[in-house]
Amino acid sequence: MSDPTEDIPSVDYVEGSGIPIRGNDIDTDQIIPARFMKVVTFDGLGEFAFFDLRFDDEDNEKDHPFNEERFQDSNVMVVNANFGCGSSREHAPQALMRWGIDAIIGESFAEIFAGNCLALGIPTVTADHETINALQQWVDDNPDGNIEVDVRAETVTYGDNEVNVSVDRAQREALVEGNWDTTALMKANRNAIEETASQLPYLDQTRSDIEADD
Amino acid sequence: MSRGTLYDKVWDRHKVTTLPNGQDQLFVGLHLIHEVTSPQAFGMLKERGLEVARPDLTHATVDHIVPTANQDRPYSDDAAETMMAELEENVRDAGIQFSDPTTGDQGIVHVIGPEQGITQPGKTIVCGDSHTSTHGAFGALAFGIGTSQIRDVLATQTIAMEKQKVRKIEVTGELDEGVEAKDIILEIIRRLGTEGGVGYVYEYAGETIENLDMEGRMSICNMSIEGGARAGYVNPDETTYEWLKDTDYFQEHPEKFEELKPYWESIRSDEDAEYDDIVEIDAGELDPVVTWGTTPGQGIGIDDPIPEPESLADDKVDTARRAQKHMRVEPGETMEGYDIDVAFLGSCTNARLPDLRRAARIVKGREVDDDVRAFVVPGSQRVQRAAEEEGLKDIFEDAGFEWRNAGCSMCLGMNEDQLEGDEACASSSNRNFVGRQGSKDGRTVLMNPRMVAAAAITGEVSDVRDLKEVNLA
Repeated sequence: MSDPTEDIPSVDYVEGSGIPIRGNDIDTDQIIPARFMKVVTFDGLGEFAFFDLRFDDEDNEKDHPFNEERFQDSNVMVVNANFGCGSSREHAPQALMRWGIDAIIGESFAEIFAGNCLALGIPTVTADHETINALQQWVDDNPDGNIEVDVRAETVTYGDNEVNVSVDRAQREALVEGNWDTTALMKANRNAIEETASQLPYLDQTRSDIEADD
Repeated sequence: MSRGTLYDKVWDRHKVTTLPNGQDQLFVGLHLIHEVTSPQAFGMLKERGLEVARPDLTHATVDHIVPTANQDRPYSDDAAETMMAELEENVRDAGIQFSDPTTGDQGIVHVIGPEQGITQPGKTIVCGDSHTSTHGAFGALAFGIGTSQIRDVLATQTIAMEKQKVRKIEVTGELDEGVEAKDIILEIIRRLGTEGGVGYVYEYAGETIENLDMEGRMSICNMSIEGGARAGYVNPDETTYEWLKDTDYFQEHPEKFEELKPYWESIRSDEDAEYDDIVEIDAGELDPVVTWGTTPGQGIGIDDPIPEPESLADDKVDTARRAQKHMRVEPGETMEGYDIDVAFLGSCTNARLPDLRRAARIVKGREVDDDVRAFVVPGSQRVQRAAEEEGLKDIFEDAGFEWRNAGCSMCLGMNEDQLEGDEACASSSNRNFVGRQGSKDGRTVLMNPRMVAAAAITGEVSDVRDLKEVNLA
C-alpha cells in the first residue's frame, strides 16, 4: 500500500464496461472459496474469484460471466440483493478488485462486505430491483458499453439512461473526499484516543508503557 | 434513532470523535486475532512502518487452519504451516498474547475469549471474523471486521464505524423438549430474512432469552450475522455475572468483579429505552429447526413441509429453486428421513461443554449408523479436557464418533476436515452455503447439537424427540 503521508485518491467517479452477476444472497464463500484463503498475502487472489462457479471438478470452464471473453475488460459489476453476505473475509473484495472490478452496483450489500469494499476504495452503490434488472440486461446487450458511476452525484449513466442510485452517506464522503483509508486519519487523534481510554472502567489505568510515538 | 439501549451506552463510552466522513471513531476494548485474516494486516502495518498500538488489548489464537487430527508440527499441509508460522512471528514481534496449542488454552476464537474472561460486558470487541457477534452474549458490543480494519485497530486501537439502528427481538414462551437456542436463532433468521438485519444491531430479550444459559446466548448472538446483523447482544444479568466469576480473569482479579459490576449494570438497556424496531417471537411454538436449502434463512420445523419456491417472497423464489436443486429436495416433503453421510458436532456456534453434554445424552449406549462418519470437534482445548474428564469422550467414541482436537474444523473448508463429493452433512455449525464445508457439491443441513447426534445414530435427519435421552449423572 501507500506511504501514510501520500494523498489517498478520491474515488468520486468510476467508469468502464459492465459485468452482470445475477442472483440474490451471493455469499463470500462463493466469491472466494475458503481453500484459496490459505495465504498470507492477497496477491494473486483475482484468478480465484467465483472459482467454484466458474470451473467444474476437472477445471473445465462453466458458464459464468467472469469466464466470458466479452466481459474480460469489464470493471463495473452489477449484482442483485444481499451481495457479499456471510464471512467477513476481505479476501472477497480483494479477489474481485484484483480481477479488475472498480465499482459495484447492486440492489443491496451485506454490511461487512460493503465496509471492506470501502477500505479498498471500491464504491458499492444501490438501486431498486427494476433498475438493476434493466442495467444487467443492458450490459448483456452492450458488453462494451460505457457505464459511469458518479459517487458524488449518486447517479449511474449508461447508454441514453441516467438513473439515481444511493450511496451510503459516510461512504460517499469518504470516497469523494479521499479519506477512505482511515489509519492515518484516526492515528492523528491520539490524544482523544487516550482520553477515551482513560474513562473506561475495565482498562487498567496504571499501565506505564504508553509513550509518545510518531 | 434508538435511545438508552446498551448499544447506545457502550457506543457513547467508546466514542473518540466523529470523523470528517461522518463515521464515529470508536475505541476497541479487545481485539481478537487469528491466522487467516490478520497476516495481511500485519503486512500493511510493516509497509507503513507502524507498530501495534495496544498489544495488551490484543489476543491471538489459531483455529481456522489448525488440523484437528494430527497437530504435530510442522503441519502436514504446507499452507497451514506457513500461516501458523506467520502468526507466531507476528505475535512474537508485537508482544501479543497467543493462546497457541501448546498453552492448553487454544480454541476457536469465539470460545476462548469468554473462557478466559477477557470477553466482558460493556467492552467493544472486534475480530476479523464475522462470528465475533458471539461475544454480545455477555453484553459486549462485538462485531466482525475486514483486514483493512484490522490494520486500523492494530495501528490505533480504534475503528471507524457508522452507528446503526437497534432492533429488539423479544422471545417468549417455554421451549419444547428437544428445542434449544439454535432453533430460536434459525427461526429468527427464517422470519426476518438473511438480509433483514442489515443496518441493525439485534438486542435479544424476553423471558426465553433470560432463561438461557450463557452458552445458549452465545449460540444465538453467534448467528446474528446470518440474519444480516453485524452485532447482537443480550443485556448482562446474574447469569452473566455468575459465569464470569469462574473465568481466569476474575479468578485472578477477584476485586475487579465487584469493581466492574456497577459499570455492567449501568450499561444495561433502560426500562424505557427506545428502539428503532421491536419484533416478538413465540418460541413456545417451535419444533427443532433444520435447514432445507443453502442459506441459513431456509429453515423449517422438523415436521413442516419444504416450501414451494413460488409461495415465498418474490426475491426469494430464485434462491429457493437453486437451493432445492442443490440439496435435491422437493417442496411438500419434510426434511425428516433425509439421508446423511457425515455428522459434524463442532463450530463456534455449538461446540461448548453444555452442547456436547446434551448430545452425549442422545448418543450414550447407541451406535453411529454404519454409513455415517461422525466426529466431535470441541470448541477449545479446555472444553476438550473438561469433556474428557467427565466421560463424554468415551461416550462418543463408544458410539463410533471420532473425538478430535479443537478448531473450526468442518465448519469451513480451510483444514483437512471437508465434505467429499456430494456428501450430505448434519451439522451443528452456522452456514449451509454451497461449498462452505469444502466440497462445492456437498450438502449441509444445519441443526442443533442433539439433532446432529440423532442424525448420526439413525443415518438420516431425525426428530431427536423420538430418541430417549439417557441421564448421564
